[in-house]
Amino acid sequence: MLKIEDLHAETAGKAILKGLSLEIRSGEVHAIMGPNGAGKSTLANVLGGKPGYEVTGGSVEFLGEDLLELDPHERAAAGLFLGFQYPVEVPGVSNVQFLREALNAQRKVRDEEPLSGGEFLKLAKEKAGLLGMDMDMLKRHVNVGFSGGEKKRAEMVQMGILAPSLAVLDETDSGLDIDALRVVGEGINAIMRPQGGAADKGVLLITHYQRLLDVVKPDLVSVLADGRIIETGGPELALRLENEGYDAVMAENLGAAA
Amino acid sequence: MSDNLDIQENPLSDAPEMDAEAKEAAANAAEYEHGWSAEIDTEFAEKGLTEDTVRFISGKKGEPQWMLDWRLKAFRLWEQMEEPDWAKVGYPKIDYQDAYYYAAPTKKVELDSLDDLDPDIKAVYDKLGIPLGEQEVLAGVKGAKKVAVDAVFDSVSVATTFREELKKAGVIFLSISEAIKEYPELVKKWLGKVVPQRDNYFATLNCAVFSDGTFVYVPEGVRCPMELSTYFRINAENTGQFERTLIIAEKGAYVSYLEGCTAPMRDENQLHAAVVELVAMEDAEIKYSTVQNWYPGNSEGVGGIYNFVTKRGLCQGDRSKISWTQVETGSAVTWKYPSCVLNGEDSVGEFYSVAVTNNFQQADTGTKMIHNGKGSRSTIISKGISAGKSNNTYRGLVRVGPNADGVRNFTQCDSLLLGDECGAHTVPYIEVKNPGAQIEHEATTSKISEDQMFYAQQRGLDEEEAVALIVNGFAKDVLKELPMEFVVEAQKLLAISLEGSVG
Repeated sequence: MLKIEDLHAETAGKAILKGLSLEIRSGEVHAIMGPNGAGKSTLANVLGGKPGYEVTGGSVEFLGEDLLELDPHERAAAGLFLGFQYPVEVPGVSNVQFLREALNAQRKVRDEEPLSGGEFLKLAKEKAGLLGMDMDMLKRHVNVGFSGGEKKRAEMVQMGILAPSLAVLDETDSGLDIDALRVVGEGINAIMRPQGGAADKGVLLITHYQRLLDVVKPDLVSVLADGRIIETGGPELALRLENEGYDAVMAENLGAAA
Repeated sequence: MSDNLDIQENPLSDAPEMDAEAKEAAANAAEYEHGWSAEIDTEFAEKGLTEDTVRFISGKKGEPQWMLDWRLKAFRLWEQMEEPDWAKVGYPKIDYQDAYYYAAPTKKVELDSLDDLDPDIKAVYDKLGIPLGEQEVLAGVKGAKKVAVDAVFDSVSVATTFREELKKAGVIFLSISEAIKEYPELVKKWLGKVVPQRDNYFATLNCAVFSDGTFVYVPEGVRCPMELSTYFRINAENTGQFERTLIIAEKGAYVSYLEGCTAPMRDENQLHAAVVELVAMEDAEIKYSTVQNWYPGNSEGVGGIYNFVTKRGLCQGDRSKISWTQVETGSAVTWKYPSCVLNGEDSVGEFYSVAVTNNFQQADTGTKMIHNGKGSRSTIISKGISAGKSNNTYRGLVRVGPNADGVRNFTQCDSLLLGDECGAHTVPYIEVKNPGAQIEHEATTSKISEDQMFYAQQRGLDEEEAVALIVNGFAKDVLKELPMEFVVEAQKLLAISLEGSVG
């Protein structure tokens, strides 16, 4: 569903992605790991269409469309969800209002009828329940006064409500304790790979740590270093990174390239 | 009045019979949602302002001698006064002799029911988008929630509804012209007592030439059984609009009054100098809400209303309360400081304001809280939103008199900037002559962050929807003070006012 080919991108005049290629098929969870500064967050931002990131080469195809041609809100309506590493506060706007407007804006782009207040609340309650959030929390302002863990949980509730085809989750596990990590990981499973599997959904999981992958089991693991994917393997690659560190894998890879 | 622009009929279509000029005019009109003017015959006072103009207006309205004398006194004062220039606004010098001071619809008045209303005027109300509840009321739907509408069309009150029901409760709700004739003692007692005739240049001008407005009297112990609302609208080209409102709440009375304005598309600058006076006696409460959407001028800064308003409330009785809530999105120039004079012990003044400026709009607005009574309290929440090349100033005064012990004030002024060509300014004046006063002032200035915009857009909102959402969140503390009927309208207005201000 997502095909990235030879993607080059820069921000503030500095080249960050230098020929990144990656493919995610329907039903796959693809983990991206890599050292700080490798370009992981840049990849997420470029996919989302954040201003300030310039694509200087390559292509991204998403569900048959040229993703890079779409505005950020059109990408969302097409089914792309970005889980933010640092979810943003929107004072004065409740989660309920924010998500209902967002969902109905997406539905409008897709020529679907808007959800009524009642329909929306029912949906929101169900999805919040998956993440152990109650409605009181959804009535609070978007991310205002939320702890780090609550913010990440709220991101997953948003994902549940917006029901994307592809979730790009940027270090969703950062700032979570072990229990919260389990809740969020199981939330990802429940939403993006519901019982019996979901052939029409994919996940790009950006993470530093194996512990999230213990819960959300990836089909593929890629290592991103210096703006490129330098190695792709199965779940065992993540275990190897955990044991040996990035340096060893990178050295081996660079050595092989030399 | 031949240039009736009907924006319903797709003004941008390439109908061959439309010449370029008409097309441009129609496109301009479409830019401003309420930018149209209806064809209604208007009777003008001659251009210019002299004693004769004042006599003409007074005579036209059949006023008693005392009223004419009062107007003439104000006119003579005004002639001696200088237009103020201390506000942070700039506009071409107004030629007061090149404007009309009176226009009245010639098909008129005194209706038993709304069916008798001039169909042209009815159509105007329809285009105004008077809220559904009120439309039902206007249409006479049984069981509809009652909102009394005293519609001011141009300068003369054309229709007043629910007068009878209000009368049963003892509430007097009339145009001020009628009140002058029917309740002269009440009017004489309070007119010019809250805002003195010589208060300021624009207020004094209003005293001389006020066209019409609203009078409300709520007697002792009466809770007004419905929200009172008035729609103002400038309709005649080059006609100043000088509304005059007087609301009196006797001991233990309560009234909530809503005022909403829209104005048609015009190239000429139009002067609007209203005066509002409120009086709250012991334990009385007045809630005064405004949604102001006068024509702001086009995106190049041409045209638009000059809105020089004097609004003041007198908390005369102990434990009285006056609450101003305003959503100001229109006008080319706004000069407006709804204030409270807190004379009563433990009286309460509140000011909640959202002021939006876009393109070349200028707003200098705020409040004055004058604490004379012991234990009086005030709250000021001001939210300024600036976009385009506009300038938005909060100017506020908190004054505590020497005998006012135990006064408290809390002020919060937040400014939100869209883009980097606009300005936000905060000018607080604090004068405290009693050492026991507790005054708090908080101010913030922020920009809509790129991160907030991207976050909202990534969830599916387009750029303008994202701005509207963020701005409405910013203004929430004020919007929630509005009566229910106005909240949605006000939210939409904020969004409309900021269209085209991003990207």
